[in-house]
Amino acid sequence: MLEIKNLHARIAEDGTEIIRGLNLTVNKGEVAAIMGPNGSGKSTLSYILAGREDYEVTEGDILYNGESILEMDPAERAASGIFLAFQYPMEIPGVATMEFLKVAMNSQRKARGEDELKIPEFIKRVKENAADLNIDMAMLKRPLNVGFSGGEKKRAEILQMKLLEPKLCVLDETDSGLDIDALKIVADGVNSLRSPDRAFVVITHYQRLLDYIVPDTVHVLSRGQVVKSGDKSLALELEKNGYAGIIGEAA
Amino acid sequence: MNVHATPKLTSAEEALIEGFQTRKGALVGSPDVAARRDEAAGVLKAGLPTRRVEAWHYTDLRRLLATVPADGGKGDAAAVEPLIEGSTVLAVLDGKANGTQVPQGVRLEKVADRLMSGALAADLAPVHADDTVGAINTAFVTDGYVLEIEEGADIAAPIELQNIHSGGQVHSRFAVKVGKGAKVTIVERQTGSVDALVSSISDLDVADGATVNWLIVQDQPKDATHFGQIRGRFGAHSDVTIFLMNTGAKLVRQEVHVVAAGEESQFRLRGVNLLGGETHCDVTMVLDHAAPHTTSTEIIRNVITDKAHGVFQGQIRVDRLAQKTDAKMACNTLLLSDDGEFSTKPELEIFADDVACGHGATVTEIDHDHLFYLMARGVEEKLARGLLVKAFLREVIEELDDEAIVEALEARLEAWFAAHG
Repeated sequence: MLEIKNLHARIAEDGTEIIRGLNLTVNKGEVAAIMGPNGSGKSTLSYILAGREDYEVTEGDILYNGESILEMDPAERAASGIFLAFQYPMEIPGVATMEFLKVAMNSQRKARGEDELKIPEFIKRVKENAADLNIDMAMLKRPLNVGFSGGEKKRAEILQMKLLEPKLCVLDETDSGLDIDALKIVADGVNSLRSPDRAFVVITHYQRLLDYIVPDTVHVLSRGQVVKSGDKSLALELEKNGYAGIIGEAA
Repeated sequence: MNVHATPKLTSAEEALIEGFQTRKGALVGSPDVAARRDEAAGVLKAGLPTRRVEAWHYTDLRRLLATVPADGGKGDAAAVEPLIEGSTVLAVLDGKANGTQVPQGVRLEKVADRLMSGALAADLAPVHADDTVGAINTAFVTDGYVLEIEEGADIAAPIELQNIHSGGQVHSRFAVKVGKGAKVTIVERQTGSVDALVSSISDLDVADGATVNWLIVQDQPKDATHFGQIRGRFGAHSDVTIFLMNTGAKLVRQEVHVVAAGEESQFRLRGVNLLGGETHCDVTMVLDHAAPHTTSTEIIRNVITDKAHGVFQGQIRVDRLAQKTDAKMACNTLLLSDDGEFSTKPELEIFADDVACGHGATVTEIDHDHLFYLMARGVEEKLARGLLVKAFLREVIEELDDEAIVEALEARLEAWFAAHG
């Protein structure tokens, strides 16, 4: 489903290279965890997948279902089924959350040539999914993410993911700032979406999240490259021994 | 020897002066009113203000007012649907007030009758030294409405004062006196079917403890000239909001001259200016805090596209006696084109020593992080930008806290964006 080949990318503004020859393949139905120390390029990778303009791909390619996505803007990528759950979701004053959800869902439907959702159907879907995530409808009446707590923002991200039903879900440090109860709710939300035709890239600094979202593969990122891949036992090993051993071994 | 030649009058200046000579005989008014009109015409004879006149620094009227249309439009102006359903509409059509129906608790008179009797003469005095808007209006004013809201009256449905034209020149006036403890919402609609020169002055006198929302919705045709002015005096414990929405005309000067005259009065000025094409829109406010413990906040939000030029001048004066004044002013602009321009001049003149006064101005583009977030959810770029621009303005509109008004103003936003891509 996702093939990243010898990817090199830099910050557009100052040319600092962050991703340095990254290779990664994620198959349909797979949950791939990306782990690595601070500054290894984890968040940058998620932004590049989503198409953020601040980064420039200088070499290599990203194939999604066999086709390069490098020329697609973020909206086109989203409509094709790529979803990024932000580490720090933006607060956007003046944009009502419900309206945003409706516009996002209908934009994607339109791009795929589907009819717009009827209002009652839209509200029903939001209510059902919000209830599963323990999100109060009153929260959705507020402007997008404005005044939401850290946990509420993360749950709102998962709500969006559930409503948009993407094919490739990229979760950027979804566990950061969550207490254990919130973490369980978020993980349940993610697990409920696991299916044979959907893939996940779960970026995390800590093994803790992977107790709840159990990965099929684990990849260690260091200085913009995948330096080691393995199964879920690799995450436990990292938890026990830290990154130093593995990164040192690779270098 | 230096010879100061009087600068040659522009064709617009000549048209105003000649227009006055021609129409003078037909303009209604008592001898006192006629004397005021002559004085005002005398001001116009000295020429329109240029950028060297401080109050007009960013709006060089001599240069910007290129032409003055002949008096008289097509004569088929008709009242429009009120902004808020169920409002009491009082329309001035092509400079003539015909309305007679007002809700209980409201007394109605016509400006023409007050000009005739001379009762309005004192109100025709200029509000400041370079009051060109006042001078044009005083010279030519024909009609309008005078309303008195009785003490304690709670007027449920908004009263909409419409100043509607079908071209030519229109010079109207409104005066609203709000009695003690009364509550009222006034909508002032400024629009027409073809380009015109419009001047409109509103006088708002708010007694102690009264609550007033006054919305000025200016949506003139694309090449029109609009000179608006609202004057206000606010009593103790009163609560007044003036909301401006400018979406039309090519040349706009909207002045706000208000005095927080009574203790513990609260005043809010909110402005939403949507400027496109080659529009020049100047909002100038002079606010006097003249009594202790008065509070004011001013928030102006501007969206500039194409080659538009926006101006906000905000002057807050705090009298020596007005201790514990709390005044905050902000002017925020989204500049969406390289050729657009915004000029802002905040001024604080503080003579009391125990006050909290602040001001801030920002000029920004659309926030790229916000744009990325919306696009990452599949919202295409144009739609995402539109959402963010509307969000920027909605923050101010939604503060009005009245669902019908908020919806009506947001519908106007949508209409503007639909027409301006």
